[in-house]
Amino acid sequence: MARLNVNPTRMELTRLKRRLVTARRGHKLLKDKRDELMKQFLSIVNENNELRKSVEAALLQAHKSFAVASAVMSPEFLEEALMYPKQSVSLSLNLKNIMSVNVPIYDFKTGSEDAAEIFPYGLATTSGELDDAVITLSNLLEDLLHLAQLEKTAQMLAREIEKTRRRVNALEYVMIPQLEETIKYIIMKLDENERGNLSRLMKVKDMMLEQARQAAIKQNEMMSEKIS
Amino acid sequence: MYKIAVIGDRGSTLGFKSLGLETVFADTAAEAREALHRLAAEDCAVIYLTEQLAVDMAADIEKYTDAIKPAIILIPGTAGSLGIGIAGVHKTVERAVGADILKN
Repeated sequence: MARLNVNPTRMELTRLKRRLVTARRGHKLLKDKRDELMKQFLSIVNENNELRKSVEAALLQAHKSFAVASAVMSPEFLEEALMYPKQSVSLSLNLKNIMSVNVPIYDFKTGSEDAAEIFPYGLATTSGELDDAVITLSNLLEDLLHLAQLEKTAQMLAREIEKTRRRVNALEYVMIPQLEETIKYIIMKLDENERGNLSRLMKVKDMMLEQARQAAIKQNEMMSEKIS
Repeated sequence: MYKIAVIGDRGSTLGFKSLGLETVFADTAAEAREALHRLAAEDCAVIYLTEQLAVDMAADIEKYTDAIKPAIILIPGTAGSLGIGIAGVHKTVERAVGADILKN
């Protein structure tokens, strides 16, 4: 792992150490976040999977009823019967926060409370099969919305998990080793400098002692010359 | 207040119309694509799209995957299920976990 390109100074060392501490804490937090997200995601996606299967089956059933209805009725009548709906649906969208991911909560309101309002047609020209089909669909609406909510939530959580996992890995396998290596490098470099300095001092001290000794010898000689 | 929309061929969407959902008839992917982008720009929070049309619109659907609105949900059309909807769930799992861990 390549170390960072920094000057091996004491100041840089303190700075990097502080960064390493932050990186470690960030890594731990993100890892916890990832685990919790994963937990939530798995329960949601399992529900999503089950619901999708049942909704698809129910929808196919509804389509079948429609096929029967359209076989009994002429297409013009069928279309005319359904062309102008009496019922209206409006959707309110709230946000729910799961581990700082905003996921939608859908809540739908039908324009009219009367359950019979889903039939926008008179009974004279339509068949009973059509009623069945419309009722099936109407009952399915809540599940369909729930499915939409679950599926969207799962998608958004998946994206967040992907992002968090990438961050965790970047910290774990790039940032932290890099910082550790750089810190080690600076410590080594500083130690080396220290040793270099020490041996230089010892050398200088030796030289100074040697000089002092020579000077003392010289003085002795001069003294003894004077005496003699 | 947001709207719920359904895009699909006539047979698949007619029933939803009576429930008061916004329905758009589209027989080709090009029509559906145009409708999808228009509805997304409008106040549609949930768009149901038949799998038959979704086959050729993967890129367009992808565009809205990460946005909070709209949620594009694939439903089987009258011609039956193509399995794309359930494949989408598996794809989501793969994206999050790294492997498809849902059993069948």
